[in-house]
Amino acid sequence: MYEILDSRQLTENIVELKILAPWVAKKCLPGQFVIIRTSDDGERIPLTISDYDRTEKSVSIVVQVVGASSHKLAKLKKGDFIHDFVGPLGNPSEIILKFDEFKDKNMLFVAGGVDTAPVYPQVKWLFENGNKADVIVGARNKDLLILTEEMQKVANQLYICTDDGSFGFGGRVTEMINSLVKLGKKYDLCVAIGPVIMMKFVSLLTKTLSIPTIVSMNPIMVDGTGMCGACRVTVGGEVKFACVDGPEFDGHLVDFDEAMKRQTLYKTFEGRAYLKEKEGDSHHGGCGFCGGEND
Amino acid sequence: MIDLTKKIPVKEQEPKLRALNFEEVCLGYTAEEAKLEATRCLDCKNPLCVKGCPVQINIPSFIKEIKNDNFLNAYEIIKRDSSLPAICGRVCPQETQCESKCVRGIKGEAINIGKLERFCADFALENSQKPQKQKTNGIKVAVVGSGPAGLACAGDLINLGYEVTVFEALHEFGGVLVYGIPEFRLPKQKIVKKEIENLRLKGVNFVKNVVVGKSVTIDELLSEEGFSAVFIGTGAGLPTFMNVKGEGLNGVFSANEYLTRSNLMGAFLKDSATPIKKSKKVVVVGGGNVAMDSARTAVRLGAEVHVVYRRGEEELPARREEIEHAKEEGVIFNLLNNPVEILGDENGNVCGVKVIKMKLGEPDQSGRRKPIELQGSEFVIDADTVIMAIGTCSNPLISNSTSGLQTNYKKCLLVDERLMTTKDGVFAGGDAVTGSATVILAMGAGKKATKSIDEYLKNKLNI
Repeated sequence: MYEILDSRQLTENIVELKILAPWVAKKCLPGQFVIIRTSDDGERIPLTISDYDRTEKSVSIVVQVVGASSHKLAKLKKGDFIHDFVGPLGNPSEIILKFDEFKDKNMLFVAGGVDTAPVYPQVKWLFENGNKADVIVGARNKDLLILTEEMQKVANQLYICTDDGSFGFGGRVTEMINSLVKLGKKYDLCVAIGPVIMMKFVSLLTKTLSIPTIVSMNPIMVDGTGMCGACRVTVGGEVKFACVDGPEFDGHLVDFDEAMKRQTLYKTFEGRAYLKEKEGDSHHGGCGFCGGEND
Repeated sequence: MIDLTKKIPVKEQEPKLRALNFEEVCLGYTAEEAKLEATRCLDCKNPLCVKGCPVQINIPSFIKEIKNDNFLNAYEIIKRDSSLPAICGRVCPQETQCESKCVRGIKGEAINIGKLERFCADFALENSQKPQKQKTNGIKVAVVGSGPAGLACAGDLINLGYEVTVFEALHEFGGVLVYGIPEFRLPKQKIVKKEIENLRLKGVNFVKNVVVGKSVTIDELLSEEGFSAVFIGTGAGLPTFMNVKGEGLNGVFSANEYLTRSNLMGAFLKDSATPIKKSKKVVVVGGGNVAMDSARTAVRLGAEVHVVYRRGEEELPARREEIEHAKEEGVIFNLLNNPVEILGDENGNVCGVKVIKMKLGEPDQSGRRKPIELQGSEFVIDADTVIMAIGTCSNPLISNSTSGLQTNYKKCLLVDERLMTTKDGVFAGGDAVTGSATVILAMGAGKKATKSIDEYLKNKLNI
């Protein structure tokens, strides 16, 4: 069992949990992920590490409620326990592994929504190692922005975009990239982490701008150690496993369309399970599945 | 009088009934039946069955004890050479091992050695006293992986007095016994958990959720965590795909994924949090035990299931019992067929498998007749799900993260005759060394490694 040392509500639907996990805290680096199970009958959920503290032996994760399992997880409070917590899985970020190459480069990070969480430790790591990166954070509206204060402290420049213009620049992250480049900003590398569709369009754009781009894939997976093959991603025509070969890949080579299709596999199942979890006995149809009176 | 040329039949769940549930198919012998079957044993002076056993269990001797009502003695005899009798009694391919050599088999049916082993083991699990905690000598040995090789190694090490810690990457202990082999063939609570609990009672320290190679490295186990030796029994967990067109479609699974969802995550249970696809028509590619397990799982989840295998019936590598059980449960065998492409609809979901007919040519290096494509014979089998069960290979997580550990071209760990790897004090056995093989070979390797570890540590530490 793994104790929750702290829980912090970031938005209505997004929670940050700090968990006591000595094995993971000792070894993890930005870019890696963990797999957790809330209870003995829970499903294995992969989540990217958003922060860690080696002396406190803690690892933080950020959870957005999208299904039954994440709903359960987000309800946990300080002092509660998580049944299983394993990691660090996947490879650390390339900019850390090959920092000598990237030390003096101009870096741009692009974060989408809840995936500001996995971007943060990378920017923080760079800051601590003497490289301040520009960061673009995009979200649908201002209520979905997270970790902006933390990011502000470690970023060179932080640019915030909202689709509805409720905060910062009104528009998409790709428009922001374009305008920064037009303003004369030069980037040697872009790291984009967010919804697959965002990573796709950022990669399409950076290709035309000739900015090498790294994306972080978070597909369906079970074990996270290379065993199940559920997380396969086609990269440059080759099949890769996100859990052991990634999660970061060359954004100009990833087959995003396939990745998007693969993500939909259990979507309806997840949605139904969530409704059941949230509505409990008060659920009387509407999910199109249970045959209740509203179906 | 019984017909001595025939096996005493073993009770099984009716095929129609069991195809709808995940309970164990074979119900095993009763004491009376076991004793009757035991009377068929000729107690040969030169018992060939023992030679057929990968770990040379003294088969006639344990059968004699069954005959004499001494079931616990029988179990103790098996235990001398096997750490996991209840498991091997269920999953060993006896028909190509001990039973294939049985003299009774020349003019009739071989003794049902596997079911007798299982009977003794089940009896002992019910009736033995709980194991006592062993005294330890304080010398720490790490076992990586809690599958059959690791469990056997841990069991023997604790008996020798070592302080044993087993590291497991998943959230359950048992490795392939838990994630790979389905409940209907090997009950988890009744058998696997009990074997593990017995080791725990003896004092084995079990640590889950630690991925050696990621959470901690072998080098760190030796230098920082205080272990004097390490045994690697991490199996062959990496799935293989065919590299045909369409493998990225939704509805194509590795057998590992499909079975792990069902077995480890309990996705076959009604209220499981982990989803598994509700398939109407499934094509399983492959002809081994894993293919049979996948096919029979899919049948139980309500699908029409086709096993597509590129060779013929004779060449199917699965245990005969599994093939027969699969057929009885309604699995359809499309033999001498090989997939050339997986077809998808506009949404990226599987809608069929294009296969080509094959014929058998001359024997290849493996001694099996080589399948040859019949040009122009392609046809389509409709399916919404494809399960690839064409073998697994060794996981490179450990070999990539450990200094001085050498592997062969298949990423299998290289070991010497003592099962020591190319790194001092690090031993390995089971599928991690051989590539996918059987539970009993892995178990045997775990036992053999224990002897070597013991000798190695005695030499090194002068004890």
